[in-house]
Amino acid sequence: MFPTPIEKSSRGWQLGYQGLLPVALIAWLLPLIAVAVFSMKPDVDFTAGNYWGVPSRFAGFENYAKVFFESDMPRYLMNSILITVPTVIGAVALSCMTGFALGIYRFRSNLWIFFMFVAGNFVPFQILMVPVRDLTLGLGLYNTKLGLVLFHVAFQTGFCTLFMRNFIRALPFELIEAARVEGVAEWRIFWFVVLPLMKPAIAALAVLIFTFIWNDYFWAVVLTQGVESQPVTAGITSFNAQYRAAYHLMSAGSIVAALPPVAMFFLMQKHFIAGLTLGAVK
Amino acid sequence: MTNAALPTAPDTRPRRRNAQAIAPWLFLAPGLLFFLFYVIFPVFQSFNLSLYKWDGLGTPEFVGLKNYRDLGSDRAFEVSLWNNVKWLVLYLLAIPGGLFIALFLNQTVRGIRLYKSLFFFPFVISQVVVGLVFSWFYDPTFGLLNVMLGWVGLGPINVLGDPALVTYGIIVAGLWPQTAYCMILYLTGLNAVDPEQVEAARLDGAKGWRMLWYVILPQLRPATFIAFVVTIIGALRSFDLISIMTNGGPFGSSRVLSFYMFEKALSEYGFRMGYGAAIAVVLFLIMLVFIAYFLWSMYRQERPR
Repeated sequence: MFPTPIEKSSRGWQLGYQGLLPVALIAWLLPLIAVAVFSMKPDVDFTAGNYWGVPSRFAGFENYAKVFFESDMPRYLMNSILITVPTVIGAVALSCMTGFALGIYRFRSNLWIFFMFVAGNFVPFQILMVPVRDLTLGLGLYNTKLGLVLFHVAFQTGFCTLFMRNFIRALPFELIEAARVEGVAEWRIFWFVVLPLMKPAIAALAVLIFTFIWNDYFWAVVLTQGVESQPVTAGITSFNAQYRAAYHLMSAGSIVAALPPVAMFFLMQKHFIAGLTLGAVK
Repeated sequence: MTNAALPTAPDTRPRRRNAQAIAPWLFLAPGLLFFLFYVIFPVFQSFNLSLYKWDGLGTPEFVGLKNYRDLGSDRAFEVSLWNNVKWLVLYLLAIPGGLFIALFLNQTVRGIRLYKSLFFFPFVISQVVVGLVFSWFYDPTFGLLNVMLGWVGLGPINVLGDPALVTYGIIVAGLWPQTAYCMILYLTGLNAVDPEQVEAARLDGAKGWRMLWYVILPQLRPATFIAFVVTIIGALRSFDLISIMTNGGPFGSSRVLSFYMFEKALSEYGFRMGYGAAIAVVLFLIMLVFIAYFLWSMYRQERPR
């Protein structure tokens, strides 16, 4: 193990390390902690210039209640869910199939198609912006959740295919061979042999894509406009415009917007990290 | 796995072979069509569009390479391009930064798992929130940064209001989640480092830096490669933070190509789609250098199979 395990060092070092950990963590998360503190202060503290002093009283509940009951925030959150969940389902479903095709079959253009998915996934969004916006307008889907979902599904299919194909490549191929010898149809091999083995990959991709799409801002701004379709990342700017200089409410709003992917991460940590670090280990 | 995709021998009935030739295309069709439609074709459409003058409504007017010639004399474009270079170079600091934190946290004391997750935190929250958090952190009247500078008798500085500082200030905000990402890559990589090699090197007297450089880092190469890929892409895609923190200002000094393109194409003073597309093409060509390199590396890894 590297660096040398701390248990093997002197008692002093061990205590020093354990003392340093929380200090380092607080320093690392300081900007975030500041916002969390802000979100629990009453507004009089800000008008009185008491930014960093002790809050004059705890106002967390009323601040968050305001966000939830007196602003458009719940609608934005709902939009985010209605955009994110279908995208996750769509992208994972499509990429299970593309990953299966590219991971199992040998045909001449296999590697080229695979590389096309990979390359497309690296493309800067901006080069897609004008044509995709145009396309969405043409389909009559501008400023709809569906328009955003369709694009996200297509774009995420690139990354998901990379992920799924590599995962399927690592499965024992003998299973598929055995099934073929038995005369099992190809689609049944996919459904009954391969798909059950892909559960960990599906879980990992689902949490990753959830986070990516929830946090998307660029496409939300390009393809949607109003409270009826904008996800929370784009909505928070209008929220902030509404509560300009009301730092306690803006802070509470930001925390609410950030929370769902954080919860997802903590609940599905193992899958999340497995997905994110795929390929980091040989 | 070497014979992974060889045609299977036993079953030679023609129907069976046909099924195996058609099946991959049926499985590919939905995903591939979607991807072509929304990602691959638009790339070419943008190339084409960059040769036109178009306000997004009327008929596009063919102007040849005029958009690109105009870029040559556009000061704002030059500033954006230069800022992109800063982003590319400084963003790479996330890699050693992430490695450093990973080495710091690669211990087995109590509660370390929770520490690792909490250090990873910034990556999970959206860049929009990161941008807001940092713009308040930098705020000249109440930001924590100036409070802390005040303790040592410095400041106050207005990071986001100073054309000379603003890009660096935003890059620091971007480095926060990116470092967390690199950290998690390295933590996973360190987990897989061969303990026997480490012990052997220790017996040979390798320690500290030499151990890290000659024994550990070579084993972390896959993690470094991925960290490099995601950091380069992240640097060239930077948009959210700029849009949230400064909206390109002050005086356009924090723009990058991706932001400038957006601004031109969908500006309040009339859409310049063709000009925007030309900027996007330049950005794409920069990215293409890296994409080609990434694909080439992947291709070399695929060969041995």
